[in-house]
Amino acid sequence: MDISFLLNGERVELRGVSPTRTALDWLREERGLTGTKEGCNEGDCGACTVMVSDARGSRAVNACILFLPQLHGKALRTVEGLAGPGGEMHPVQEAMVTHHGSQCGFCTPGFVVSMANAHLKGDTGYDDALAGNLCRCTGYAPIIRAAEAAAEVPVPGWMDEGALPEVAGSVSSRDMTAHVPDSVDELAELAARHPNATLVAGATDVGLWVTKQLRDLPEVIFLNRCLDIQEIEVTDDAIRIGAGVTMDRVLDLMREYFPSYAEMLRRYGSGQVRAAATIGGNIANGSPIGDNPPVLIALGARLHLRYRDTRREMALEHFFLDYGKQDRYPGEFVETIEIPRQPDRLRVYKLSKRFDQDISAVCGAFNIQVEDGTVTEARIAFGGMAGIPKRAEAVEAALVGKPWNDEAVVAAWDGWEADFQPMSDMRASSEYRLLAARNMLTRYLLEDLGAATNVREVRP
Amino acid sequence: MSVTKPLPHDAAALHVTGKARYIDDIPVPPGCLHLAFGLSEIAAGHIAGIDLSDVRSAPGVVGVWQAADLPSDCDCSPSLHDEPLLSDGTLHYVGQPVFLVAATSHLAARKAVGRAKITYEAREPVFSVDAALAADTRFEEGPRIWEKGDAAQALEAAPNVIEGSLEMGGQEHFYLEGQAALALAQENGDLLVHSSTQHPTEIQHKVAHALHLPMHAVRVETRRMGGGFGGKESQGNALAIACAVVASATGRPAKMRYDRDDDMVITGKRHDFRIDYSAGFDDEGKLLAVDFVQYARCGWAQDLSIPVADRAMLHADNAYDIPALRVESHRLKTNTQSATAYRGFGGPQGMLGIERVLDHVAHALGRDPLEVRRANYYADYDDTRPGLDPGPPPQPPATLPDESGDTDLTSRGAPGPVGHAPAAPAGVQTTHYGQPVEDFILNALTEKLAESCGYAERRARVAQWNEETPLLKRGLALTPVKFGISFTLTHLNQAGALVHVYQDGSVAMNHGGTEMGQGLFQKVAQVAAARFGIPLDMVRITATDTAKVPNTSATAASSGSDLNGMAVQVACDTIRDRMAEHLAGLYQADAAEVLFADGYVHVGEATLSFAEVAKLCYEGRVSLSSTGFYKTPKVEWDRIRGQGRPFYYFAYGAACTEVVLDTLTGEYRILRTDILHDAGSSLNPALDIGQIEGGYVQGAGWLTTEELVWDDNGRLRTHAPSTYKIPACSDRPEIFNVALWDGRNVEETVYRSKAVGEPPFMLGISAFLALSDAIGACGEAYPALDAPATPERVLMAIRKVQDGV
Repeated sequence: MDISFLLNGERVELRGVSPTRTALDWLREERGLTGTKEGCNEGDCGACTVMVSDARGSRAVNACILFLPQLHGKALRTVEGLAGPGGEMHPVQEAMVTHHGSQCGFCTPGFVVSMANAHLKGDTGYDDALAGNLCRCTGYAPIIRAAEAAAEVPVPGWMDEGALPEVAGSVSSRDMTAHVPDSVDELAELAARHPNATLVAGATDVGLWVTKQLRDLPEVIFLNRCLDIQEIEVTDDAIRIGAGVTMDRVLDLMREYFPSYAEMLRRYGSGQVRAAATIGGNIANGSPIGDNPPVLIALGARLHLRYRDTRREMALEHFFLDYGKQDRYPGEFVETIEIPRQPDRLRVYKLSKRFDQDISAVCGAFNIQVEDGTVTEARIAFGGMAGIPKRAEAVEAALVGKPWNDEAVVAAWDGWEADFQPMSDMRASSEYRLLAARNMLTRYLLEDLGAATNVREVRP
Repeated sequence: MSVTKPLPHDAAALHVTGKARYIDDIPVPPGCLHLAFGLSEIAAGHIAGIDLSDVRSAPGVVGVWQAADLPSDCDCSPSLHDEPLLSDGTLHYVGQPVFLVAATSHLAARKAVGRAKITYEAREPVFSVDAALAADTRFEEGPRIWEKGDAAQALEAAPNVIEGSLEMGGQEHFYLEGQAALALAQENGDLLVHSSTQHPTEIQHKVAHALHLPMHAVRVETRRMGGGFGGKESQGNALAIACAVVASATGRPAKMRYDRDDDMVITGKRHDFRIDYSAGFDDEGKLLAVDFVQYARCGWAQDLSIPVADRAMLHADNAYDIPALRVESHRLKTNTQSATAYRGFGGPQGMLGIERVLDHVAHALGRDPLEVRRANYYADYDDTRPGLDPGPPPQPPATLPDESGDTDLTSRGAPGPVGHAPAAPAGVQTTHYGQPVEDFILNALTEKLAESCGYAERRARVAQWNEETPLLKRGLALTPVKFGISFTLTHLNQAGALVHVYQDGSVAMNHGGTEMGQGLFQKVAQVAAARFGIPLDMVRITATDTAKVPNTSATAASSGSDLNGMAVQVACDTIRDRMAEHLAGLYQADAAEVLFADGYVHVGEATLSFAEVAKLCYEGRVSLSSTGFYKTPKVEWDRIRGQGRPFYYFAYGAACTEVVLDTLTGEYRILRTDILHDAGSSLNPALDIGQIEGGYVQGAGWLTTEELVWDDNGRLRTHAPSTYKIPACSDRPEIFNVALWDGRNVEETVYRSKAVGEPPFMLGISAFLALSDAIGACGEAYPALDAPATPERVLMAIRKVQDGV
């Protein structure tokens, strides 16, 4: 297929590119731009971080799981493109030298790009901005010192991308294996006509099918140009999120409505992953350890599916039928997620070995309504506890009608084993998963009563 | 003078602009082949049948090799000749290379591998310590045992005794640049190999051996690694050999880099250990006797396991003067990756054993662990004391190393001669292996750190906070490090350098050390600039190259700047002396009074630029090139008896860490860390602090979130960063104070500096013991926490403590 984008300020026209060619391989193998490194080839280390800009602004993303067609009409900036026209270093590059932020240097280009992106946006939350960049040498301290020093220096003029390439209409696609619809209607038609096509939005999961499972994807539909599936609508009765909304935007949205959800999303993937991954993708791929579904189930979210012009909706928990099996017909796709407006009683507890950028061993979402000291309604859902994201129905039933104190926790005790028989794997044992899930209810209660329960809120 | 200056890493500007070249960034001539291994899917057994026809016919495939197609067994082992490049039919672990594919692209090679059809005849694998003991699968004939005093008797007589067992996991290196090599066939059958290796000479040796070439036919070049940490001491051999075989067979350039998952599945990691202990002590907590049994899981091949396990034994005392100490070490053979060198090289495992004992003793007595530690410290160095007898002159080795040509003599896995080890003079404090501890500073260093970090007040504050906070608990621990510096295989303690001064006064410098991010090149360049009295930008450090400096030891054991800095110093001084002599003749001055400083040379009344002097010397037909050679003095070691002086000196440090944990889930944070570390008279304080900060975080990672999990079939389940969790940015301590101890090395090292690569890694032990301290606040019982202390292990330990088990 033929695509066009800006590479370090210069327009690039590519003809006949393979739809699953990664930006990283293309940069390194065809452009000789070897500053961008391959560290893990799965989006977890950030050594391949590049900046991608469009009308929404710039973001740092992982080039190793970024397919070239996703760049169509955008601007791509690599570490080689951070220096000024006269070769002068970008302020973050300068600061990284001065503050000894590099040792072996292999992760450094990725760090520098993430830092330049944060610098551009005036973002000083470095722990979050750099959570997706792993460094094995420095222990991070000098990198943070460098970022802080660079924040004092203004953004250089050359970081302005200028005009993005004009790309009119659909991407030409001579090989019929890749489609790049420009609207959700077009997508609906394509998905129906090509029911076996793989839908690619952010490619943070599908990317790994290609780079790790070495799968050939015979037919691909890219969603990133369907702007009308990337809309957020907040009304008096609901928050409606288009399936193509990326997780960085969901995070921003939830800061206002459900801060505990936002706090979980702050730890979801990394900046690079959140900038690419979509909420629809996280739901539609049906993973039992996706972090959005349990939260959305606890919030009573409804899923809107579409096949051509036929739409249907369902409670999100009904979408997940069994491990790897969802209630979705061939050619049907997730269009919108709708969360009913409600008083915020939500708490989300994401449990993993490492706080940031780690897949949950257990992700528990609690939404318990209490009136006059008595539980009136409970919606509790978990990821990592079963083959699908699942509600704790027995626990919920045991809680409703109970006084909201430790009696309720005791009453629910046996419900946990009735609801869940979690597996043991490399992330956690079955015993720990069950124990921690139980304790999360205690945490929810005590937090409600005002106790200190969060290690992240403790200061030295 | 350029030494002692906090200058940036020599390649910092290249790093941040993306211009620093790693193996995969080197432009290659057209026609380059890309290699990938097909791997064993079972842990033990044989290949019953193998059909690679679909691999051969895969798009882009140019060649496929099995063991029988190789020019030799292409042994990759740094020690026992027990690692054929490709399986000879026998399989020893999941991930063992079985066949080799060469294709026109990296992706094509990886895709082709998946088309192999292999059937297996499995046998019962050996995974655990207990299974290996039961099957008696081990390296060496039996356990190695060293003893000082009579531990059994002293334990019998001790008023208090504790017993326990500690398990500690291994550790994946997770160098950001995976293993990589590139081989280019030269005329006359010679080979040029670019390798991401800490040990170019070993790569040269192994490639030469594999292809039946003399070593002079193989040149190995290493400009830099994207991280090593021990993981590139021997684990790069297979890739370099594979590339050499393919380049030699096809005449085409051959490159191999492991995909991250392959890297983690194929290569060795830090040894995991179980340590059983009994300790006897008086009512004040003074240790009377300790008995350790160390079990190391070495994996399927010997690799460097013997010296790793030795170093674990050598650090079983850490900072403590223990009257009776017995260490028994089992080196167990298991059907897993062959465990290998990793920063600290067994030292961290041995040290964690004794730190656990001190912690346990303090708990048993209800005393502050720091108080108990200090009560057991060796006595500090006293510079008023008369010098020690240097001992008898060195003797020729009693047994000679293997001369078959198969063994790389420069490997730490090489069989060494049995060293002579003169006994220490009476009345001198010694370690359990008889080395006098003459440079101890931890009493003063600990005092200073405890004061600067407010240990006593914070200890009280933590206790009070824990009283008031039911769900969250804080913990605090201050632990010391005493780490022995030198290769324990004594003959490796040598280094060479090659220095050229050009007619324009610019200097090119080469040495046997490799750059993996530690800043070795910059430190050594600073030494060279200081010797000539010239600005640093007149010194160019060039890639490590076996054609320039031969027979080098690995850049390992923290020895890089000690050894190579000295070798460069010697080479520079040789040239400088020649220059001085020539100038003295020209100016009728005394050569000893020619002064090289600030870019100028002062001779008599005259002052010349260094460039002018270079020109004068050239015209005067003075050689402006020299090699330099250095060997560490004083080291002598008998590893069989466990007696002697394996280390030239010790490096010291201490860290205090405070943590907070959640008793409901076991989640935790490191809140604050204070470190005071001894780098001697630092060659470059900025680079040294970088090693300390990074070492601490890596050490804390080993003991907290970094968990290796194998399933029941021996498959590594944590084979990518999605499942194996090294510390991320927010895991560093919120408050992180690092300072250098102000002191010089009592031994005559380069500018009296001290090695700093490995020692700070073990400062991370304080994070682990702070967690244990916090768990201890949940009840009466001793936490007996195992490592890594994942939230799950922490929660389970809390439950045990709460139940009083």
